[in-house]
Amino acid sequence: MGEKVLMKGNEAIAEAAIRAGCRYFFGYPITPQSELPAYLARKFPEVGGVFLQAESEVAASNMIYGAAGAGARVLTSSSSPGISLKAEGISYIAGAELPAVIINIMRGGPGLGSIQPSQADYFQATKGMAHGDFRLFVLAPSSVQEAVDLTMLAFEIADKYRNPSLIVGDGIIGQMMEPVEFPEPIDPDKLPKKEWATDGAKGRKPNIINSLALEPEDLENHNLKLKAKYDKMREEEVRYEEIQTEDADTIIVAYGTTARIASSAIEQARKKGYKVGLIRPITLFPFPSEVISKAAEKADNFLAVEMSTGQMVEDVRLAVNGKKPVHFYGRTGGVVPSPEEIVKEIEKIGGER
Amino acid sequence: MVKDKNVVFDIERCKGCELCTAVCPVSIIDMSEDINSHGYHFAKVDEQDKCISCAMCATMCPDVVIKVYKEE
Amino acid sequence: MKEVAGYPESLTEKKFHYCPGCTHGIIHRIVAEVIDELGIREETIGVAPVGCSVLAYEYFNVDMHEASHGRAPAVATGIKRVHPDKFVFTYQGDGDLASIGTAEIVHAANRGELISTIFVNNAIYGMTGGQMAPTSLIDQKTTTSPFGRNAKEAGHPIKMSEMLTELTGSVYIARVSVHDPKHIKQAKKAIKKAFQIQLDGKGFAMVEVLSTCPTNWGMKPQDALEWLKDNMMEVYPLGELKTPEGVE
Repeated sequence: MGEKVLMKGNEAIAEAAIRAGCRYFFGYPITPQSELPAYLARKFPEVGGVFLQAESEVAASNMIYGAAGAGARVLTSSSSPGISLKAEGISYIAGAELPAVIINIMRGGPGLGSIQPSQADYFQATKGMAHGDFRLFVLAPSSVQEAVDLTMLAFEIADKYRNPSLIVGDGIIGQMMEPVEFPEPIDPDKLPKKEWATDGAKGRKPNIINSLALEPEDLENHNLKLKAKYDKMREEEVRYEEIQTEDADTIIVAYGTTARIASSAIEQARKKGYKVGLIRPITLFPFPSEVISKAAEKADNFLAVEMSTGQMVEDVRLAVNGKKPVHFYGRTGGVVPSPEEIVKEIEKIGGER
Repeated sequence: MVKDKNVVFDIERCKGCELCTAVCPVSIIDMSEDINSHGYHFAKVDEQDKCISCAMCATMCPDVVIKVYKEE
Repeated sequence: MKEVAGYPESLTEKKFHYCPGCTHGIIHRIVAEVIDELGIREETIGVAPVGCSVLAYEYFNVDMHEASHGRAPAVATGIKRVHPDKFVFTYQGDGDLASIGTAEIVHAANRGELISTIFVNNAIYGMTGGQMAPTSLIDQKTTTSPFGRNAKEAGHPIKMSEMLTELTGSVYIARVSVHDPKHIKQAKKAIKKAFQIQLDGKGFAMVEVLSTCPTNWGMKPQDALEWLKDNMMEVYPLGELKTPEGVE
């Protein structure tokens, strides 16, 4: 459209879903993402969409499973504890090879936690969403504009791979307002027909949406088929941003809001004479292991910064593979680190200048 | 074909549950001495001429074993 | 010769895996016959539960979804909202609907979702080997109530049909049995009525079907039918508990 509007992250993601041709939302209120369902409750009638506030996140998770199997582009959103409730349904969606987009506006945990921002769902998002050998395509925007762009991408990748996509925004991304530009809307009727979907077995054999396989060999083959998808994602769908890494002695690895804070820290540190750079993963799965591994040839140190007690840092360590030290700095419980704190860490690592 | 029979059993589907034997109003269903390939004694009707095509057996059967025909 | 009883088109040819004498087979058949008679096979999408009938997706010759335990009404809601012009039904056991899935069935009924539910109640958890269900009778011995269900510990048998009649969105709630041909025919009538309610866009309909589990009740199939008649029917009375005419 070319026109910039000032929008809250939660609402911008909702609008982006509409632009992506999504017309079905099933979700449940939870802070700090409730503006997203509320936006769709207002806007969906204008575009012939279906908004349904489910009785729980568990129910919502299964509603998107049904709607996805019926062939629609479908969205659900929640925050940390609600995502835990959706987990079983997400495993079924992945196992049945269905596309869906899930939004997690992360808050403090574990348990009821807090309503403040956090990044403590990294393991849940990238490794342990639910039982079984599946992965989600995980995107981590660091601005409202990026949240819009990645929402469009999430639907595309979900359809392409027949696998659920997850967007993780810390609570700040959901709540803050920034100017955004939306792309041209996609007409859902113009999307390619999903031949495997359940829309009534007229003139064809019935389609079955299922993740049960009683024969071990069948289930192994199925899992290998899923693995092949994830391997392809690892090869072709990695996304990241590099800032000033060419001459960096210390490379910060951070995502989402933390990456923006780290960028400020880098500016301050560079003024003090420290050569610091940033690798910002945009896809948390597939993780940009290769670029980090390559950077480990030249850089001396890595510093993972997260709003957690250390989750992504493990993937950084794996990527660096012992070549160089990997440090960690984190704040948690809803506390947001300041650039100055990160500069102090850089100083600690880099030595006095 | 079996069109001259009133009641036809797909014996491979039969699990020998015997529910049909209890509902036949003319008591012509009994269980075979033989077994099908799954090891079940299957239901059978020897006296087809006594069958009244009421289809109680087919109604009761949990395995869709039985087809019933009626003289027009 | 004309065919008086045959093989419904809405069933696949696959042999049922159910135990000998299990009433699931009867219920599958009458559901399939109703779909055939209403001529809606090609517009039907069914949702299978977790339980003995988890493999229902192999038996009904229609588009099918496998749901997680208890969630079939939510899955069906998703499907029906995407395809309001198609016929959507759920087929659920008592562990599925009356235990883990109570929220989903209550809310689907409360919203008046245009779906139809077949609720197979055999007062036990069959597939997992005979544990107590919320629908198990007082004093009924199961693997998790080895001394008999005790009301103080485990409450009373839950009456899902009665509960759902309270909701405005429930338009037709019936309880039937399949223990003899007469009742099977009545059950089929009720199922047809329930399905027609959806086709007429009237609201949510459910048919609770009293059923047996010979294996886990530890009885021969014929004795299981007797036990149902003698014990279950007084706890779970048969009849049309709510009808559109009754409400009007």
